[in-house]
Amino acid sequence: MNIHEYQARELLARAGIAVPPGVVATTPAEARRAMERLGVPKVVVKAQVHAGGRGKAGGVKLAESPEQAERVAGQILGMKIKGLTVTKVLIAPASEIASEAYVGVIVDRATRSPVFMVSPAGGIDIEEVAAKTPEKIFKQPVDARYGLLPHQAMALAFRLYADVALVRQAAELLQKLYRAFVEAGASLAEINPLVVTPKGEVVALDAKIVVDDNELERRPAIEALRDVAVEDPAEVLAREANLTYIKLDGNVGCCVNGAGLAMATMDLVKYYGGEPANFLDIGGSSNPEKVVTALKIITADPKVKAILFNIFGGITRCDDVANGIVAATRQFKVDRPIVIRLTGTNEQEALKILAGVGMHALTDMDAAVEQAVKVAKGGAAA
Amino acid sequence: MSIFIDKSTRLVVQGITGRDGSFHTKQMVAYGTPVVAGVTPGKGGQKFEGTTPIFNTVAEAVAATRANTAVIYVPAKFAADAIFEAADAGVKLIVCISEGVPVLDMTRVYPFIAERGARLIGPNCPGVITPGVAKVGIIPGQICVPGPIGVVSRSGTLTYEVVYQLTRAGLGQTTCVGIGGDPIIGTTFIDCLAAFEADPATRAVVMIGEIGGTDEQQAAEFVKAKMKKPVVGFIAGQTAPPGRRMGHAGAIISGSSGTAAEKIAAFERAGIAVMKRPADVVPLISSCLKQQVKRKR
Repeated sequence: MNIHEYQARELLARAGIAVPPGVVATTPAEARRAMERLGVPKVVVKAQVHAGGRGKAGGVKLAESPEQAERVAGQILGMKIKGLTVTKVLIAPASEIASEAYVGVIVDRATRSPVFMVSPAGGIDIEEVAAKTPEKIFKQPVDARYGLLPHQAMALAFRLYADVALVRQAAELLQKLYRAFVEAGASLAEINPLVVTPKGEVVALDAKIVVDDNELERRPAIEALRDVAVEDPAEVLAREANLTYIKLDGNVGCCVNGAGLAMATMDLVKYYGGEPANFLDIGGSSNPEKVVTALKIITADPKVKAILFNIFGGITRCDDVANGIVAATRQFKVDRPIVIRLTGTNEQEALKILAGVGMHALTDMDAAVEQAVKVAKGGAAA
Repeated sequence: MSIFIDKSTRLVVQGITGRDGSFHTKQMVAYGTPVVAGVTPGKGGQKFEGTTPIFNTVAEAVAATRANTAVIYVPAKFAADAIFEAADAGVKLIVCISEGVPVLDMTRVYPFIAERGARLIGPNCPGVITPGVAKVGIIPGQICVPGPIGVVSRSGTLTYEVVYQLTRAGLGQTTCVGIGGDPIIGTTFIDCLAAFEADPATRAVVMIGEIGGTDEQQAAEFVKAKMKKPVVGFIAGQTAPPGRRMGHAGAIISGSSGTAAEKIAAFERAGIAVMKRPADVVPLISSCLKQQVKRKR
C-alpha cells in the first residue's frame, strides 16, 4: 500500500526524525490559509499523489505570498500525474539547503534482508543515480533479528558527511528511520532529499513509505492511512471482496483462479491477437459470491466485449464457479458473451450446472482464449 | 528417484485441525503420504481422523514420531513462528503453504533457519509432490504421473496447468516443486535446479517463472554454467503493467527491473528453450528427450 508524503512525514516525525512543519490543503483557499498559518516568507506547494516524478510533471511549485500559494494550489489540485488526479497538496516552508543526500531502507529480495542505501548525491531520482553513478551509492544489509547496529549507522553516515557533528546526527537519524520502517511494516522507507540546513541541522525534506499489504491486518493504524479517494473504485470493490483486480486497456475481460495462471491467461489473450481488459484473480478458495462480484466488476468496464473464465480446479471447485456464474446472470444482466474454460475438481458437476441454463464450457485453455479473442473482435457469438 | 520428498518422508502437519490443514491432510493421506503427526496447541493427546496423533508442540511430535518434514497451514500471522518452531525442533525440511506472511517476518526467519541447516519451501506456495510416492502441500495428486521431468515454479494453478499438459501427453514427473510467489522465499530456482541436476531419474526440467525480482536471471546463469540436463522455461506476466502487484506479493516490476522481456532474454542467452505459452511445454520437452535418446545412440 502506498501512503502520501504528508503521512510518511508524520510517521518519521513520530519516530523522532526532524521534519519541517507542513499543512495539507484540499482547496486553493485552504492553501492560502496554510501559508498564513506557517508564517514563513516562502513555501513549496507539493501534489500529494502516489507517483514519482511530481516535480517534472509540474506538481511541485514555490510561492512567495499566500495569494500566490492559493493560485499555485489551484493549478496543482485537479491536475493528473501519471493518470492519477491530485486531490491534496502539502504546503511546507521552502528550506534553505546546504546539501542534499539520499537515505533509504528497502526489503531486498536477493539478500533476503532489509538493506540500507545511502548516497551523498540526493535530491534526484535514485534509480538514475544507481544507473549512471553506481559508485555514489553505498549499501548495508541488516540482520533483521538485531536491527541496524550503531556502528553500521555510523559507517553509513560517514559516507554522507565529513563533519563529525553531522555524521552523529545522520547516524541517529538512520536508526530512527529503521525503527519507523519496522513499525510501519514497510517494504520501503526513504528520505530524498535529506538536507543540511545552513544552521547545520540534518532534516528530512521529503519522505516516501510503501507498506507491505500483508502487514495491514495487524496494523490498523497504518491501514487507516489508506486514501480510497485516489484508488480505482473497481479495485477497491475487488479488494473488499478479497479479489485481486487490476484494470488494463483491452477488451477481453479475464476471470481466473490463481495469480500465475491469471497472468499467463492475459499473455495468451495477447498471443492470440487480443488485448486483456484486466487482471483478476478470484483466489484459492471458491465461493460463488466472489464470482458474482468478479462479474459485476468486469461488466462495469464498458470496453469489455467478451468475458473469459479460466478455472483450473484444485482448492477452487469448478461447481462453485459455475454456480457463481449462474447466480450472477440471475442477479443482473450480463450483456456480454462469456467463454468458459474449466477443468479439475468437480468439473462434471460444473458442466451440468451450466448446461441447465444453456451454457457450455471448454476444457482446453488455448481453445477458450482463442474463442474469447474472436468474440471480442466481433466474430461468432459464444 | 525424486528431490526433497520420497519414501523416507515422515510428515508432521502444523495446523492439522484447521479448515485448510484438515482438508489437505486427508488428501495427503489418501495419496499415500506418510503423515505421522499433527500439531495444534491445546489438542495434544487427541487423534486426527481417529489415527494420526496430535501434539501440542512440534518438538513433542518429533520426539514421539521421528518426523523429518513439516508442512504449515496456519494463518499467515502465525506462520513465521510456526517455521521457527519447526526449525527449533530439528526438522530439516519445512514447507510453508500459508499465504500473506509479512515480508519483514521472513527477513527474520531466513537467517534463523539457515543457521540451523533447515530447508524452507515457500511461503505462499502449493508445496511439493513426488508423483506416486508422496505429496506435501496442496498440489492435486490426480494431475500428476511418475516420469522423468522435474518441474519448478513460482506459481500454483499455472503449475497445475503445465503439469496437466505434460501428463496428458504422457510425460510424467519426478518431482514438482512450487517455490512460492513471495518476494522472500526459502528455496530458490537455483536450489531446485541443482537438486534436479543431481537426481539421476530427472532427464529434463521445466522452470516456470514470472515478473518481479531477478531469481530467473540468476537461475539462467546457473543453467548455463552448471547444468547438463536440458531446461525449458516460461515467464508469466508479459502483459503486466509496471509498478502493480499482480496477485503474488513478489510479482511486481519495480522501475525497469523484473520484466518478462528481461527474464526471457536471460533464458535465451543461457540456452533455455522458451515456452511462448503453457501448451508449448509438450513439444519442447519432447524434443529435449528425443535429442537425449539420439545422443545415447
